[in-house]
Amino acid sequence: MEQNVFRKYWLAVLGVVLILVALWMVFLYVPTVTQDGHPFAQRIFYFHVPVDWVAFLSFFIVFIASIAYLRTRDRKWDNIAHSSAELGIIFTSLMLLTGMIWARPAWGVYWVWDPRLTTALVLWFIYVAYLLVRSYAGEEVRGARFAAVLGIVGFIDVPIVALAIVLWRTQHPAPLVFEGGLDGKMMATLMVSLAAFTCLFASLLRVRFSLRKAEYLLRSIEQE
Amino acid sequence: MGETASPVPVIQVEDIRKTYGHHAALKKVTFRAEAGESIVIFGPNGAGKTTLIKIIATIIRPTAGKVLVNGLDPETDAEAIRRRIGVITHQTFLYGNLTAYENLVFYARLYDVADAETRIREMAEVVGLSTRLEDRVATFSRGMQQRLSIARALLHRPTILLLDEPETGLDQQAITILREAMKLEAGVRRTILMTTHNMERGLEMSDRLLILTRGTICHDCSTAELDVPALREIYETHTGVSA
Amino acid sequence: MSTLGKALAITRKDILSEARSKEIVFSALIFAILVIIIFNFAFGADQTSMTLVAPGILWVTFTFAGVLSLNRSFVAEKEENCLEGLMIAPMPREVIYIGKGLGSLLFMVVIEIIALPIFTVLFNVSALSLPVIVITLLATIGFAAVGTLFSALAVNTKARDMVLPILFLPVVVPVIISAVKATSLALTGSGWSDLGSWLAILGAFDVIFMVVSFWVFPFIVEE
Repeated sequence: MEQNVFRKYWLAVLGVVLILVALWMVFLYVPTVTQDGHPFAQRIFYFHVPVDWVAFLSFFIVFIASIAYLRTRDRKWDNIAHSSAELGIIFTSLMLLTGMIWARPAWGVYWVWDPRLTTALVLWFIYVAYLLVRSYAGEEVRGARFAAVLGIVGFIDVPIVALAIVLWRTQHPAPLVFEGGLDGKMMATLMVSLAAFTCLFASLLRVRFSLRKAEYLLRSIEQE
Repeated sequence: MGETASPVPVIQVEDIRKTYGHHAALKKVTFRAEAGESIVIFGPNGAGKTTLIKIIATIIRPTAGKVLVNGLDPETDAEAIRRRIGVITHQTFLYGNLTAYENLVFYARLYDVADAETRIREMAEVVGLSTRLEDRVATFSRGMQQRLSIARALLHRPTILLLDEPETGLDQQAITILREAMKLEAGVRRTILMTTHNMERGLEMSDRLLILTRGTICHDCSTAELDVPALREIYETHTGVSA
Repeated sequence: MSTLGKALAITRKDILSEARSKEIVFSALIFAILVIIIFNFAFGADQTSMTLVAPGILWVTFTFAGVLSLNRSFVAEKEENCLEGLMIAPMPREVIYIGKGLGSLLFMVVIEIIALPIFTVLFNVSALSLPVIVITLLATIGFAAVGTLFSALAVNTKARDMVLPILFLPVVVPVIISAVKATSLALTGSGWSDLGSWLAILGAFDVIFMVVSFWVFPFIVEE
């Protein structure tokens, strides 16, 4: 019995531990950087970048799961894709938010057309469309199929969107959300924060997956 | 295009299952149709009749089970199967903006009909629309559209006909034409699978009947000795629904 | 008949139908011209500002007119369930994608051919040059590649007119950016080498999405 409890929660526990460590590192451990904008707000960098990475990871999972679903029509894959997309949108929103929180003290405006932020914005719309298509399709299975198509097309679009936006921005330089190198302490903090958020994502994905699985079960019982 | 009767059944359906999420439209369907047989499928709404027709027509893929048409597997030889199949439903598959002739030419191209020109005129003659070939289908009455749909379905000389509730929207003339058209093609009796609610017509037009309820076949017998009241009784017993 | 032949048969059928009803081209064209005129009022006074905003306005116009015409692409197949008629025909499902896609491409190009000279006159820019034509063609191919796929999807949903723009616009962002930037360069007389990277993005988008949509299309139409 205790074995099972451990297996269920190890990821969440690890995530919480890492987050606590990351928080300590971000606020107390890492030295202040006076490079761009408000020195204290700059610390949000250590949340902004990991959140960006996790969003990308989640959409990659949507991509793989979508292909698997179309191949096998096993609802498990649709579950993974759906849950991952939901998390992906949350993390993308966080990324946009942290970007704005950083931008305001740094440059006095809430929004800058920074390449990564702009790409994230476009991504946000693509994956919101992913969720919307499921409800617009009328039937659950059709919605899953359409969403899978979108999950594939959307992800393949990502590098092209990024490329176009980067090229566009290099012709019109605007304040960049991050530039410059990282020294030892900063790198360490970033890595820990990255690990923390990835763990958090993984455990949330697991939870959402089980929740959705239970929803399916409930609905199939109701329909009998 | 004469195919001699072969031991391989024309349609072979084994343990077909089709689920949409939680809902199983077809649970476990198995039957065979021999060359030249005329089978009618009865069943209440939602029993899975249309789903079954669509699977045999290769429009939908089954979730599980095997389908063979003339011994061919839809997974590998879908195109070959489609060449042999004509489908008639209450939706005509016709483009309103185009003339009857243009509609038939379009389908002739898709089906690689060799003597398209002659064949189109021939079919137009059969369904009684020779004088209306140059008119837009949108100007046709419903009955005329259905007759044109019959011409469309038979254009490529299919040896198998799938009919999904064909009598809805058909006028008397169209029904007569359909009955004629269902029979022979160049010396070969077509194999016919038809779903319908109309017991009288169904018995008239078939050798064998199946009753489909809630995704399974619950009755399979010859129609030779049956009349409508007897059929009604059987139907009610199996489905619990009055016909 | 070869598979390409059958795809072209579908395209011919669409052209024939459209020639009769003039539904798509007419409404999208009127829309495009109106948008150009309204933008002219909205931004309009001096020549310098007009030259600045012209590329953006051109592409907003073409994008929305494109959405309008793509929306109609599969609507005709919904009536009398004609799509099923196409699916029982002895040909791979992808043929439907190619046939419809070529049709949509053609309709959008017709609209652009008519709108471009009007745009040139109203905005006083030299938009009838070869670079602009090439850019327009490449971008429209991208629209058709993605839009045909999404149109087939949208026609199977409720709120079908809303669904297409929601899916389409974010995905074609690279096309819009590249088209606007390249057009802007072309209008100010830049040479082909400057346009290079933008044309490359357009070309890459076209190829990638034609391939991906081609592969994924059967999953949209088959239950």
